Amino acid sequence: MTRILDVSGLHTYYGRIQALKGVDVVVDKGEIVTLIGANGAGKSTLLMTICGKPRATAGKIIYDGQDITHMETFQIVRQGIAQSPEGRRIFSRMTVLENLQMGATTGNPADFDGDLERVYTLFPRLKQRQTQRSGTMSGGEQQMLAIGRALMSRPRLLLLDEPSLGLAPLVVKQIFEVIKEINEQQGVTVFLVEQNAYHALKLAHRGYVMKTGSITMSGTGKELLASSEVRSAYLEGGH
Amino acid sequence: MMDYFLQQLINGLTLGAVYGLIAIGYTMVYGIIGMINFAHGEIFMIGSFISLISFLILSSIGAFSAVFAILIVLLVTMIFTAVFGWSVERIAYRPLRDSFKLAPLISAIGMSIFLQSFVQVFQGARPKPLQPIMHGGIKLLEHDGFAVQISYLQIIIILLTVGLMIGFTAVIQQTPLGRSQRACEQDRTMAALLGVNVDRTISLTFVMGAALAAVAGLMFTLYYGVIDFFIGFLAGVKAFTAAVLGGIGSLPGAMLGGVLIGLIEAFWSAYFSIAYKDVAVFMVLVLVLIFRPTGLLGRPEVEKV
Repeated sequence: MTRILDVSGLHTYYGRIQALKGVDVVVDKGEIVTLIGANGAGKSTLLMTICGKPRATAGKIIYDGQDITHMETFQIVRQGIAQSPEGRRIFSRMTVLENLQMGATTGNPADFDGDLERVYTLFPRLKQRQTQRSGTMSGGEQQMLAIGRALMSRPRLLLLDEPSLGLAPLVVKQIFEVIKEINEQQGVTVFLVEQNAYHALKLAHRGYVMKTGSITMSGTGKELLASSEVRSAYLEGGH
Repeated sequence: MMDYFLQQLINGLTLGAVYGLIAIGYTMVYGIIGMINFAHGEIFMIGSFISLISFLILSSIGAFSAVFAILIVLLVTMIFTAVFGWSVERIAYRPLRDSFKLAPLISAIGMSIFLQSFVQVFQGARPKPLQPIMHGGIKLLEHDGFAVQISYLQIIIILLTVGLMIGFTAVIQQTPLGRSQRACEQDRTMAALLGVNVDRTISLTFVMGAALAAVAGLMFTLYYGVIDFFIGFLAGVKAFTAAVLGGIGSLPGAMLGGVLIGLIEAFWSAYFSIAYKDVAVFMVLVLVLIFRPTGLLGRPEVEKV
């Protein structure tokens, strides 16, 4: 398999606080790879650093054979990376449609109608709410919008930050099914950050565990699910 | 009595058009980078100088019809003033973008002083007159020897302003550029994550604001017939007042605020004391800041997360 993302020795600081302490992560084309860990472990920071916000202070990020460590954010995402970030960050004063149009910023205008249709097929709810101001929607709908918006750029690598956060179990299930569908049917590689470790590890081909800025374990989804360490730290309470 | 009122209404609307056009520049820049561009009044002043110089060059070349001359000058003024607007952002604000919040503000004040002095040095401190380009008007009504008149120039100013504001609103609401600007206004990081070139979008915002201020500068030159290097200060502060009155960050607010400030100034001059017209305008600023800091159409800062 070909490597699509190769992160090595990554260090990131927020001011004087070190958020990433030499992180190594690889993702192959076509995979779903998940990154689990507790709150504040640095998972979201890793996703944002891949996109250049904040910048890595040391280490390398290779995307599709190209060193993107020092590129501008808007140029990084133009290479085919899309992110649905922590907190969703939808444009709440814009309509659903406008948010999706923003998602298509880097895309070819000729593809827009088809891509929009595809997102609406994945999330029929968004089509019903097309002209609604997105800030007035429910959390689940906003999450669908954040993922849909990321898909509008036809990414080859999709970075998802806690898509299940704060959502009802039924909606979580629905979102995870969509992630699987995006991966299997549209061939999008997915790098998924989750606190909902059980669902994430069941879905993912491989996984990493992060603790206070470093990767502490890695393996296939099944291996990690079976590991006693992961079970006691992240799966207690049985999601 | 009624005719006097009507005449002041026309005058006030004309004045309001000028303020409104400048106010848009304040409000847009505030919306996108959260800073008051104190040099914006100077951009307006530079616009008025460029228009004056263009008129003089045109008239020295030969006779043109007034409307044609105004159109050419309009275009030239917008382009050159936009270059000034772009440069100001590039030189004085962009390097300070990740600095502390007060830094670009101080830089803006410095830029304002610099531009004023620049024009003073290169154009002289004395007021510069322009021969009236356009004469005449339409008499709307007349009785008891008092005529209500709207000049052709006032008609052009009001129509041009309305047209520009409609076109401008369409750009912000309908085009990809306008969408990117609104996105940057809400969340610059997220806009960058979607592939928006944030620096370029901010630059274009300055360019658009400067182009509108240029139109205001041209109108001012035509309407008053005399300009100097200091006109940007008062007009700038009044337009800023208009932007605050309408709700800083809100485009329709800036337009509404501009018209209201123009009307307040005209009616105060007409019915009270012309010497205190500026006091009246700035009283409005004080009152708005005390009783309704978000302005008429502004939204409260609190956002649902």
